[in-house]
Amino acid sequence: MKVAETAVLQDAGLERVGAHAWREDFPILRQKVHGRPLVYLDNAASSQKPEAVIDAEDRFYREYNSNVHRGVHTLSQVATDAYEKAREKIRKFINASSSREVIFTRGATEALNLVAQSFGRGRLKPGDEVIVSAMEHHSNIVPWQLVCKQTGAVLKVVPINDAGEFLFEEYLKLLGPRTRIVAVVHVSNALGTINPVKRIIEAAHAHNVPVVVDGAQAVPHVKVDVRELGCDFYAFSGHKIYGPTGIGVLYGREHLLDAMPPYQGGGDMIRTVSFVEGSTWNELPYKFEAGTPHIAGGIGLGVALDYVSAIGIEAIAAHEHDLLEYATGLVSEIPGLKIIGTAREKSGIVSFVMDHVHPHDIGTILDHQGVAIRAGHHCAMPVMDRFHIPGTARASFALYNTREDVDTLVAGIHKVKELFG
Amino acid sequence: MADLRELYQEVIFDHSKRPRNFHPIVDASRKAQGFNPLCGDKLTVYLKLNGEVIEDVSFEGCGCAISTASASLMTETLKGKTVQEVQHLFEAFHQAVTDDHARAHDELGKLQVLCGVREFPARVKCATLAWHTLQAALKEKQDTVSTE
Repeated sequence: MKVAETAVLQDAGLERVGAHAWREDFPILRQKVHGRPLVYLDNAASSQKPEAVIDAEDRFYREYNSNVHRGVHTLSQVATDAYEKAREKIRKFINASSSREVIFTRGATEALNLVAQSFGRGRLKPGDEVIVSAMEHHSNIVPWQLVCKQTGAVLKVVPINDAGEFLFEEYLKLLGPRTRIVAVVHVSNALGTINPVKRIIEAAHAHNVPVVVDGAQAVPHVKVDVRELGCDFYAFSGHKIYGPTGIGVLYGREHLLDAMPPYQGGGDMIRTVSFVEGSTWNELPYKFEAGTPHIAGGIGLGVALDYVSAIGIEAIAAHEHDLLEYATGLVSEIPGLKIIGTAREKSGIVSFVMDHVHPHDIGTILDHQGVAIRAGHHCAMPVMDRFHIPGTARASFALYNTREDVDTLVAGIHKVKELFG
Repeated sequence: MADLRELYQEVIFDHSKRPRNFHPIVDASRKAQGFNPLCGDKLTVYLKLNGEVIEDVSFEGCGCAISTASASLMTETLKGKTVQEVQHLFEAFHQAVTDDHARAHDELGKLQVLCGVREFPARVKCATLAWHTLQAALKEKQDTVSTE
């Protein structure tokens, strides 16, 4: 495997050679956009897929497409084995105790909705409190707003400082006798902040409060060990970690999942169904997996995690940190530009605003130079309100980005300035 | 850069940097709010009607160069027009910014500088936000108009 050969290049200089080699594994990056080589810096929205993942999905449909968990025939057995093998890869990747704790979902959003409805709804009473932070993605706000409305519980918000950091002292003040759930993002998609989730969890557990972590932006970029963190639930998406869209994961502690009612009803999640006696539920994790799942997606995600593991998440994190430092240095020298999100602990995200140029205009002009970034509120409107801005332009890095990509971005920003005078 | 210049013409920079009629109308007979959730553009359009005639029109809010310039140019164009003429202009404008085969519309006048957005599908909503908001004001819709 190509990545295995390059992964061992630990030296900082050679690591950049590593990224140049890794990017060869991503066929989409070979194209031109508006006549310029594609520089893909919208990884926080969705990452590109290596050949191995594309092949795995393709092979499933060409060679053994069939339904899982129900067939006696050969293809169904092969599909079931591959799908369950992928679950085991995920278990290992996040270091869960058991694959019964690994539930396939459509993505982090569905995973968080599952926890809010199946765990939160039965637990919350009027006046109870759910704590989130001011830097959450909408997917870790709205499910809690919905369940609060259903139960009469109240949403409490931990504020952030001007650097975009979680205010731990304020969090401790909010933790109280009515707190029932803490739901917090591991890495902010809009700001790049890496939250001290381990400390957040310890503080909540001291009050016997369970913690849900939104790890959509963390899993591709930092080492995640759910047992080391001590979290009760952990949600992430496949497509941000070089896997397919439409597949994600909810990790949950087995005893909590066991006590929770099903989230959706249908095939696969039942043990027995009777009009006379009602229905009984399947064992974990199938109790939470109603209907035919995204089988190819699950298998593809397993292969994506193999790919990441072959390079090593630490090597990826180090490479992306190098890009972050390099980009931050260059971008912050540009007059009239301000970086939004300057936390000390930060992942590879550079969110910025420019005087007299709206992020949407920045996005269009950069696109014309082949540079794909995100412009807007990044599904984090409360963060934008906190900084009194309508949105930001955001460049976000992945393992295949290089310093040359950053140079092209910076040249593009200078073009924006030139055009807007 | 050539087709970027088609989008970002001097007139557009002029109107986005110094938007005309950029203020509330205190005794407005109608007003409506528009919002583009994709990029966060927000604006309010104020109308002062004298029967069927638009006596005054203005806007305020924040948005990208395209949406601000479009709102500014719209307010300049509409003063003194009848509601019926405005409807006609809206249809012509909408066609001009969305349809590749649209014929040149002389009646659009200065608004034609916005035709460049045709080549930038993601930006059509920016150019039409003010117009959709105006429609809401004319129809006295209470809810914020969304481009989504």
